[in-house]
This record gives sequence, structure tokens and C-alpha cells, in this order.
Amino acid sequence: MPRIIVEVMPKPEILDPQGKAIASALPHLGFTDFSGVRQGKRFELTIDGEITEQILASARTAAAEMLSNPVIEDVISVRVDDEDAA
Amino acid sequence: MSTETPLIGDFHASPAANPLGGARIGVVTFPGTLDDRDAARAIRLGGGTAVPLWHADESLQNVDAIVLPGGFSYGDYLRAGAIARFAPMMNKIIAAATASSGTRLPVLGICNGFQMLTESHLLPGSMVKNDHLKFLCRDQVLRVENTSTPWTSQFTDDELIAVPLKNQDGQYLADPATLEALEAEGRVVFRYVGENPNGSRNGIAGVTNETHNVVGLMPHPEHAVEAGYGPDDATGMRSGTDGLTIFTSVIASLAGGAQ
Repeated sequence: MPRIIVEVMPKPEILDPQGKAIASALPHLGFTDFSGVRQGKRFELTIDGEITEQILASARTAAAEMLSNPVIEDVISVRVDDEDAA
Repeated sequence: MSTETPLIGDFHASPAANPLGGARIGVVTFPGTLDDRDAARAIRLGGGTAVPLWHADESLQNVDAIVLPGGFSYGDYLRAGAIARFAPMMNKIIAAATASSGTRLPVLGICNGFQMLTESHLLPGSMVKNDHLKFLCRDQVLRVENTSTPWTSQFTDDELIAVPLKNQDGQYLADPATLEALEAEGRVVFRYVGENPNGSRNGIAGVTNETHNVVGLMPHPEHAVEAGYGPDDATGMRSGTDGLTIFTSVIASLAGGAQ
């Protein structure tokens, strides 16, 4: 099934409480190489049929208007999933 | 209340012979809503008539005001309030609250209801996880800083009230320009007193829109409306009923046509 990947991250200027908690827990498991963590979201939108430019545009609109909240988050990317082809 | 108090959760009991009982206030239930019955009860104790509304319906049933109650609509999936925002009932509420002519519908969002209002862009800013990451449940003192809204008209300026606070995503955020405008325009309605419980910017607990008919707050006034079930106060254990003034305010505002 063709898929579109949407990635959303908390805005850089907003402290990400979940990422901060993960960062402080990593050293407890011996992972001491990482000075920071930010946690975001990845959405996989499945399409029945071919991905057209129109469908991609629709995914961009959904990403901006529903999958992210522009007050606290940025849409990092909206792209066709090519991992299956690889 | 001089007459027998109705059972908790009884939506349909009519308020006891109250001249303001004609005020009909809708309480919207979404999948995952928790506090709709408490909100309905608070409306009745305040002297109004609670009208149950279902998220998937499209009729506001001619209510005079709306309460969006707390809970975890849609399990907080995506973001708290984000999916509820797209319910058919929310579209009707948004249109009625922002009407360009006539009376704009008074809307109160409590906790998850506040989150729905920010997701709907009826109120500015957004909520993220508490800065300490824990679910917090305690009695919380607030300062009422704006008494010009229909929901706060019976408070005195800078009145201190105590109501329960219970949430995980309670940290109020907005960009610096928005915060500056909220402060300059007096649109911070409730502010946390004492230690900031969740990292909210400027200690903001509740805000209103430019036309003052929409108010959202994270703490729960509907859980502080009846002696015996509220926060502790000077008169005794669990005797606090400070939240009731929110509901008597809107009913009085509606009766007086003070919009």
C-alpha cells in the first residue's frame, strides 16, 4: 500500500517535557552519549491506489490543520514513503 | 436549595421554583467525557436548567450558553481536545460563539473543554504536559482577574477562590506576543496563586476571547459547588463552594441580558 509519512515535532523554543524525562532516564541504562532528547510524532497515511500530487497536497493540509497544532508543533516533513521500494 | 436535592447524574430534574430557572445551559458529552454530570449538577445548583447535548448531533436546542466539560475525549489521542474539535456539535458552537450579529453564545470550557477551545482557535494558546510530567490532583487557589465575562460577573475583582485541579496536560503555553496581548487586554481570567502547579506561562489558569463570551480554565469549578463535596475552607472540611459563582454568574448574566 502506498503511504505518505508526516513527521511532527514540538517547536524548538518549547521545552519538551517528555524528551527531557527520556534524556534524564537514558544514563540509568548506561546510555551516556546523548546530551538531549526531543520526542515527536510520525504519522503513516495509507492510500488505496496511486499517490497523486492532489493527494499529497491534501496530506500537507491535514498535517497543518489537524495532525499538528501550530502553537506548539512544527510539521517537519510530508513525503511519500519510499522504504518499500528500497 | 430548600427542596430535595436531586440525585447526582440526574440530568432532568428541574430547578426548584427558581425565577432564573429559564436559563438553559447545554452540557456537551463526547466519547471519553467524565465531568458532564457534575457540570449539569452545578448548573442546576446554580439555578439553571442543564440540557444534555451529544457531540455527534448538530442542534444546539436553543440553549442560552454552553459548558464543555472535562475528561479525556477520544482518550486524548493526537492531542488533548484535538479530535473533539472536529465534532459536528463543535462546529455549531464555534459558529454561535463567534456570530457577527446578535448575541454571541457564552461558552465555558473546563479542563479538556479548555483544550477543545484552544484546538478550535476560540481561545489563544495551547496546553502541553505539566512541566513535572505527573498527573496532579489537589485543591488549588485561583485569583479571579476579569469579572467582565458572563461566567465571572458575580466575583469581586481579584477575589481568591479554591477549586480542584486535576490534569496531566495543564501547562498553558502561548507565544510571547500572545501572552503580552492577553495581559495588556486583561484577558487572563484566572491565575494560579502560590506555587505554579504545572509550569503554565505567567501562572495562567484561564483566559477569555476578545469578546469575553468564551472562557476556558484548567481547574474544575463544577467540583466545588456543594458543601460536603468541595475543597476545605474556613467554614469546615470540604465546605468550599467557590465554583458555584461561575454558574450563578452566567445565569444572572443571561437573565439580565448583560451580553
